[in-house]
Amino acid sequence: MTMESSVVAGSEPTVEPRGFELIEREGLETNLLEVSMGPHHPSTHGVFRMDVKLDGETVTELRPVFGYLHRNHEKLAEDMGYLGSMPFTDRLDYFCSMTNNWAYALAGEKMIDLEVPERAEYVRVIMAELTRLVNHIMLVGFFVNDLGALGTPLLYALREREKILDLFEWASGARMMCNYMRFGGLRNDLPEGWLTKCREVVDAFPYFLDEYEKLLVENEIILVRTQNVGVLKPELAINAGITGPMLRASGVNYDLRKVDAYGVYDRFPFRVPMGEVGDCYDRFMVRILEMRESIKILRQAMDELPEGPIMGEAPRVFKPPAGEIYGRIEGPKGELGFYLVSDGTAKPYRYRVRPPSLVNLTVLEDLCLGHKVADAVVILGSVDIVLGEVDR
Amino acid sequence: MDLLGSGIFKGMAVTLKNFAMTYFDRGRKERLPTVQYPEAGDTVTLFTRNFPFLIYDGEEEVDGMRCVACQICERECPPACIYIVKEKDENGKFVKRPKVFDIDVSVCMGCQICVEVCPFDAIVMDSEFEYSKEDRFGDLLFNRDELLKSNDYYHKIHPEEAQARDANLAAKKAADEAKKKAREEKAAAAAAAKAAAEKEASEKKDSPEASEPVAEEPKAEPAAPSENHAKAESEAKEKPAAEETPVEEPAAATDETEDAKEESSGGSEGKETSEEPEETAGSGEDDEKKAEEGEGVS
Repeated sequence: MTMESSVVAGSEPTVEPRGFELIEREGLETNLLEVSMGPHHPSTHGVFRMDVKLDGETVTELRPVFGYLHRNHEKLAEDMGYLGSMPFTDRLDYFCSMTNNWAYALAGEKMIDLEVPERAEYVRVIMAELTRLVNHIMLVGFFVNDLGALGTPLLYALREREKILDLFEWASGARMMCNYMRFGGLRNDLPEGWLTKCREVVDAFPYFLDEYEKLLVENEIILVRTQNVGVLKPELAINAGITGPMLRASGVNYDLRKVDAYGVYDRFPFRVPMGEVGDCYDRFMVRILEMRESIKILRQAMDELPEGPIMGEAPRVFKPPAGEIYGRIEGPKGELGFYLVSDGTAKPYRYRVRPPSLVNLTVLEDLCLGHKVADAVVILGSVDIVLGEVDR
Repeated sequence: MDLLGSGIFKGMAVTLKNFAMTYFDRGRKERLPTVQYPEAGDTVTLFTRNFPFLIYDGEEEVDGMRCVACQICERECPPACIYIVKEKDENGKFVKRPKVFDIDVSVCMGCQICVEVCPFDAIVMDSEFEYSKEDRFGDLLFNRDELLKSNDYYHKIHPEEAQARDANLAAKKAADEAKKKAREEKAAAAAAAKAAAEKEASEKKDSPEASEPVAEEPKAEPAAPSENHAKAESEAKEKPAAEETPVEEPAAATDETEDAKEESSGGSEGKETSEEPEETAGSGEDDEKKAEEGEGVS
């Protein structure tokens, strides 16, 4: 908190305060308070800073500042082979390494028109939906944490996440940095018994969701703190390029799994949950409903999982012809895209990530204006960002 | 909403239930009991990967090393944590073995790319994770001798994977030997014909270039036959077979192989080895070729 000089009502300020604007009010003379929230603020989900100008407690201006976690991902990728970037995509959005892998693999496969075997496509769907469960359950946990319910709901969420991470570790060798997908398929097949265990976890998940909903959804504090807070109008959402659950919470029916039907998503019937108001509560509920739809997809994918190879006929040296490609998937946070430009060599000429977290963050000021500073924390929580992806 | 605050109480009932249940069904797997780590609990799963190590076959650590210092892993490693220096013998000729093979495990991110690109199955992932050291820099830089572990150890930690790799290697070896035999017969026939026809030419060649190119040539050159038998058979003389293929698929030639060319051309036998990867890059057969090279020397 920066408070450089205080202005006592009635007296003339001797020094013109820097960056402070005087506000004239009836009977009370005050000025805007500039608060730098972050980068080490626990509510900012990483090293993220909000430069907030407060009138009392009301947000009058908000400037998101990021870049504290910049790791030069895109430029690094332009200096190494295509495969070498695959483990780095894990580290973009570290909750969703599987979907990050998939998006990158999809872009690469598009470049050389590579067929992916059916089994690999199904396993990818399973992994992506498990990732969606992990991401949404973590989002809900942290969101409630931001509301002030410290610990308990978050730890329940972490407990469920741990079971899924165990599955990831079993299949890929690592809990979070899975690095599981390859151009043309998967690195290795599912181990024996994995599917049975996965089915157990998935079957137990709805019971947990029931319990979780009972814990949170009717809670009056949550209702009061989230309803009509941070309303995102559909027009603004579309114009700002918002994607994912945040867009659907505003009532726009746009899900790449339906629209683009990449992979084998056209084979699974599922509904797209949508909100009506576009406030924090809708964003929160859309995620909970999406988890239920993910479970549906998961069950069907596990039932229909075919036998067969898991790797297509990928060339040993990945060297796409000159050209550009944009591969995108519906990540848990929104549209995750990889834009690759090849000049015919083994290294990408341009490598660009379209991070849903960053694009969704652009409307933060519009959501927060007029709300209290405590609500800004909740709104940021409902946007669902991971700084690894925002800064790259 | 019936009664204000009823939602909160419903939630509290859930937490109370969860709290109480921790005392009643502690052993239940789905409640995720704490793993008492050092005493009990095996956290290592089938594909667990931590840091890479080098495999050696048999008893002798250095002699049984599978690594031939081709430096592919060094080039492909995303965080660039591998450092390799090739070993030279007393004549200054490169031996197919690393003199220095360092992995900085404080940089390594365990992505397994090195394992995937290694054509010799020489580097694999370890599941050992208890690496606490006193020195932050020196102790975490693993050198060649620290990295060398036996194939038996690999079989112990990843039995299925190790068996698959061994089978793969054995198949490769068998194929190579069959090829070698055929090649030797062919080479002998060709050499006899050649010797009869152009004695002078062969003598000229022998004198300035010392003995190794001659020893090397018949071995490295017929690698081409594996791809296009008929062609190579007809012109089993010298370069033409090796030079024709890159023209056919120039797109397959990569930076990687070009690098390989530069690096391996340091040795006197570089000419032959450098041309081989180029012709076969992208075909998936280059590991066989490289394996041949490796065998040819060791």
